[in-house]
Amino acid sequence: MSFINYSSREINCKIVYYGPGLCGKTTNLQYIYKRTNPNQKGKLISLATETERTLFFDFLPLALGDIKGFRIRFHLYTVPGQVFYAASRKLILKGVDGVVFVADSQIERMESNIESFDDLKINLAEQGYELERLPFTIQYNKRDLSNIVPLEEMDRLLNHLEVQWFEAVAITGKGVFETLKSVAKQVLIELKKHY
Amino acid sequence: MTGSDLVMYEEEFLKIEEELQKLRRQANAKVVFLVDKNGQLIASAGETRDIDTTSLASLTAGNIAATGGIARLLGEREFTILFHEGEKDNIHISLIGQRVILVVIFDHRSSLGLVRLRVKKATESLSNIFDDISRKVEKERGEGKLEESIFAEITDEDIDNLFR
Repeated sequence: MSFINYSSREINCKIVYYGPGLCGKTTNLQYIYKRTNPNQKGKLISLATETERTLFFDFLPLALGDIKGFRIRFHLYTVPGQVFYAASRKLILKGVDGVVFVADSQIERMESNIESFDDLKINLAEQGYELERLPFTIQYNKRDLSNIVPLEEMDRLLNHLEVQWFEAVAITGKGVFETLKSVAKQVLIELKKHY
Repeated sequence: MTGSDLVMYEEEFLKIEEELQKLRRQANAKVVFLVDKNGQLIASAGETRDIDTTSLASLTAGNIAATGGIARLLGEREFTILFHEGEKDNIHISLIGQRVILVVIFDHRSSLGLVRLRVKKATESLSNIFDDISRKVEKERGEGKLEESIFAEITDEDIDNLFR
């Protein structure tokens, strides 16, 4: 649910990074934060445990620039990936305009990926959304590791909707901005369609 | 998208700002905020210069969302008021309709009782303004006016340019 303010000439949109625990959602946001001009970003807020696991959410406000005199702002959120934080994940999806699913490429994490993907669909449905109708991008993260599943196989397991996907190594920044651009672009195109 | 995007026009925005200023004065508060339930800051009044308003908005919405989750677990529909007491500053958070969150930050110059009273009054006026906005959006959508808005003029090139 975007917020269009004709008074302050701003458009605000919400993008949520979803995925299983330790797949790199927070790392994506940290990299974006690190590589953005100070005048384009707000504070990166992390509600995390002492062991740096996301407890509620991470939040990063980003101003991309202007279109026709309107300031385009994106609010990036991550969900807590660990299974037992299901209730919190549901809350963060409220009012979402676009979703990034970050998948962990390691062989032993495939089951968690699939579980998290199903969880995403269920939680969206509870808020009255369908993944099929939302701006949506998939990121296959941790491609630098050795014990990983081939891309074709990951695509077969997770990308039934045949959406745009990117290979990534979030910790070095590979694929991070490509993923963000892809989903942000879809959000704006969707807005355009809608109005 | 669900079609419930929040749209804000100049006319109503000014009315809202005026209402927030009034509340801030009458409640003797330091700062007053209005936040969308999804974490977007709508308007504010008072000494906001030293406050990261964007973060505050997002955290307040998270707070309300979490409290709402607790309420439903207990069989309540919603807890409509939250109050946090600090050493110097206190924060009073309340829901207006099911849509927006009103945040009042105050110190020893005011009191919880006064804030509650004034918030109650402001809530009514603010609800009316938001009803007006909904009606206006409906009407403009019906007349197809919104389609002539900026979105119609956005080109793919504009979108690409954002990412250069």
